[in-house]
Amino acid sequence: MEIAGYPLRRLRARLVEGIDLPLLALALSLSLLGLGVLYSASYENASRVASQLANLAVALAAMWAVAQVPPQTLARFALPAYAAGLVLLLAVALGGEVVNGARRWLNLGLMRFQPSEMMKIAMPMMLAWYFHRKEGAIRLRDFAVAGVLLALPVAMIARQPDLGTALLVAAAGFYVIFLAGIGWKVLTALTVLALASLPPLWGLMHDYQRRRILTLLDPSQDPLGAGYHTIQSTIAVGSGGIAGKGWLNGSQTHLEFIPERHTDFIFAVFSEEFGLVGNVALLTLYALLIARGLSIAAQAPTLFARLLAGAVTLMFFTYAFVNMGMVAGIVPVVGVPLPFISYGGSALATLFVGIGLLMSIHRHRKLVQT
Amino acid sequence: MRFAELRNTEGELRAFQVRLGAAGLAVLVALGLLLARFVWLQVLQHDAYSAKAEENRIAIVPLPPNRGLILDRNGEVLARNYLAYTLEIFPAQVRDVDATIAELAAFVDIQPRDRARFRKLMQETKNVDSLPIRTRLSDEEVARIAANRWRFTGVEIKARLFRKYPYGEQASHVIGYIGRITGADLESLEEKAVAANYRGTDYIGKAGIEASYEQELHGVTGFERVEIDAAGRGVGTLPPTTTPQAGNNVGLTLDIRLQEVAERAFGARRGALVAIEPATGSVLAFVSRPGYDPNLFVDGIDPQSWDELMSSPDRPLNNRAIAGLYPPGSTFKPYMALAALELGKRTPRTTISDPGYFVFGDRRFRDSKPGGHGIVDMYKSIVMSSDVYYYMLANDLGIDAIAGFMKRFGFGARTGIDLEGEAAGVLPSPEWKLARFSRPEQQKWYAGETISIGIGQGYNAYTPLQLAQALATLANNGAMFRPRLVSHVDNPRTGERRYFEPELVRQLQLQPEHVAFIKQAMAGVNIEGTAARSFVGAQYTSGGKTGTAQVVGMKQGEKYEEDKVAERLRDHSLYIAFAPLDGPKIALAVLVENGGFGARTAAPIARIVLDYFLLGKLPSAPRRAAPAAEVKSDAKSD
Repeated sequence: MEIAGYPLRRLRARLVEGIDLPLLALALSLSLLGLGVLYSASYENASRVASQLANLAVALAAMWAVAQVPPQTLARFALPAYAAGLVLLLAVALGGEVVNGARRWLNLGLMRFQPSEMMKIAMPMMLAWYFHRKEGAIRLRDFAVAGVLLALPVAMIARQPDLGTALLVAAAGFYVIFLAGIGWKVLTALTVLALASLPPLWGLMHDYQRRRILTLLDPSQDPLGAGYHTIQSTIAVGSGGIAGKGWLNGSQTHLEFIPERHTDFIFAVFSEEFGLVGNVALLTLYALLIARGLSIAAQAPTLFARLLAGAVTLMFFTYAFVNMGMVAGIVPVVGVPLPFISYGGSALATLFVGIGLLMSIHRHRKLVQT
Repeated sequence: MRFAELRNTEGELRAFQVRLGAAGLAVLVALGLLLARFVWLQVLQHDAYSAKAEENRIAIVPLPPNRGLILDRNGEVLARNYLAYTLEIFPAQVRDVDATIAELAAFVDIQPRDRARFRKLMQETKNVDSLPIRTRLSDEEVARIAANRWRFTGVEIKARLFRKYPYGEQASHVIGYIGRITGADLESLEEKAVAANYRGTDYIGKAGIEASYEQELHGVTGFERVEIDAAGRGVGTLPPTTTPQAGNNVGLTLDIRLQEVAERAFGARRGALVAIEPATGSVLAFVSRPGYDPNLFVDGIDPQSWDELMSSPDRPLNNRAIAGLYPPGSTFKPYMALAALELGKRTPRTTISDPGYFVFGDRRFRDSKPGGHGIVDMYKSIVMSSDVYYYMLANDLGIDAIAGFMKRFGFGARTGIDLEGEAAGVLPSPEWKLARFSRPEQQKWYAGETISIGIGQGYNAYTPLQLAQALATLANNGAMFRPRLVSHVDNPRTGERRYFEPELVRQLQLQPEHVAFIKQAMAGVNIEGTAARSFVGAQYTSGGKTGTAQVVGMKQGEKYEEDKVAERLRDHSLYIAFAPLDGPKIALAVLVENGGFGARTAAPIARIVLDYFLLGKLPSAPRRAAPAAEVKSDAKSD
């Protein structure tokens, strides 16, 4: 068979070239599961599902494109992407749009753009690239430089204020530094330092940020205000029980007790309707995805690829852990979507770009750098 | 650089893999932590969270029962319900109540009295969800508000049952009224542990039968389980629903037609009338004039109407029949005479000489007839109402004997009628005086005080109801029944009727010939005595007694001249009567405030009531009290 004179077999070969099937299967399973949950969260209105399906198509295309680019080429984009991200963050700080009291968005006329989102990928790339350049002779000074490279955008994002994204970007950078082999002693010292800096940091926080942390400790303090999200999502999870209330049957969901049920709190919907059984299945899918990612990192041929693959994989974990922990009431409410399941095009695209990076690294694992 | 890379590849790769392993371990621990949390929430705490989710989802909505009807003895409806739309405001959801009312006024007619009433309700009732700003909306108004519903938050149109008293002022002191449940009402409901049954109910009986039969009338509140969303909107109803049970219909002993005749007979006069069926204690007519329109209270009375009712010198809210205390005047004399017979102090034939006064110590007690009645026996003393006869009798009996005898007829004690707010009155005695006053010189009983007790004056103070009950007891040959207004209640669902049996309070041990003699003398009052003029041409036998109660005390030697006394200081007119003579079907007491002599204003009212009750005869024209000039001089004393 041929299509426009092109043999079908070769076309198929070209399409699947560089695609890691286990990764794709896991990411797609999660995404399709997400569509089902979204259908329930939208009260059986298909239009939002259709829109997310379109997002998924775009994200898959982005994944495919990134997967075609060899890691060496990707490394060349690290510095420009990071520099561009910094400039854009500066632009946001100077003239960004204010939404809900936070200056996060840059209005590009046609669309609004959130530079902090781009930093989630640019940051680990930049640090991986930096350590790659110092490979074999990484000294303490390099970690200090990395720390500065990390702290700069994190501080800018935290000031917007967007604590959730700042934490995620900081985590991404930290994973690179950790995997690059920062000494355990230094790490311990830094941890102690971080703990010691908590009280002054508390003083710098915005009121709403403090309140979020306080209501995490005791949601009942403000049951109709800041604690409402956590209380209602915890009720949803708990009332789901072992087997769940069944798809489309969650009362917390369908009577609008769960706020932001399409996006950040979609896990409450899932957990209410599918129960502990569903949660274990979801945890398993994430665990398999993370295991696959870590195994790709372990086999990666270059330091850049190793660090990037490891950091991206741990990012997936961080997203999943923070989101589920927040819904289950053990992590403060920060704006982190549930990877592959929450509604939203840009987050989904970022995730699949990450998958694409892993695929690219995996494909080129046997190419010895010359 | 390439060299360094080759040199360190093995070592760095191993170091990296160690780090990766550490990270993987951390991931496993973190996912394990999540799993533990899920097990905690979904297995160990599942029941608690399920309950919370149910609480979230299900609202228990009370379904208030329909209030029972009040009917007269012939099934005539005296209080009923009707459905109407009200415009209500949820004060807790409205930022500026006045501004909202002003906006609403653009769509419905809101009068200053509506606003005033709303403010009054806001002050009186706390922690309620909604309060009416306008009641009984027209269909057009409902449509207008509904079309502009989106403009308002915290505003709702509700369909509610309203109470209607079709007879207005008539029998208002019997029927009473309902009003909104206040904080004080709620407290008392909670004390009686029935507050749960009042969830969803806005009104409660405040006066009259509405108050005293509240438990029968209210019914049982039903409950509905409604699935609600986070905004509190109802999504659907869940089984099981407990349907409300309508309150019982209360059947009165009262005859509203007789009541109407009696009230009309009063004209514009103030006073009270109680008519009792002697054999059962059933109240046939119960008048306290002036009345009030109980419909005013149903929506919450507006302050202006309330002020009018409260500040009126006629005190229309005062239930004179059970709470008004009056000296019985000469209506006391038949009982005094009966006491004399029973205690052996007089025989019917014993005569005295009545010179027009009685001297006791240095005091001179006047007879109301100047010059006196001459030779007076017991029959004449009642028929002509000799005062001197009873001054002497009181002196002979002594206060303890009088008080002891009168107590058996219920004087000075609450009758226990099924209405709230009954006064006990005063049956004077040395014991009463000792308890009543604090200063020793006031506490002592003086023998001279006994004298005026004999003609129903002095400290004597009884309710018109007590006078009617005493007479019913006498007419019934000593069998005293508790006066009652309700004979039965009907369950509207099952049709089951529950009768309240007449309650015999006590059987007085009286000599039948004594009772017969007193009745005969009272018959003489209506034939040839002080009330004869009022009973000209009566087609039934009857017994009666006129009375006059002093409002202001007369000094020694002072003469009471009606024309010189302000209207409200004039004597009260009293009359008691029963009919027919044998097997009396009705006993009544009439009091007309400031009506002058009993024969003049009170007795004609009684005649009208008896004519209607016994013969079904309606007065041809509103009977006017006879002018003073027409009263025969021999009838002028009572």
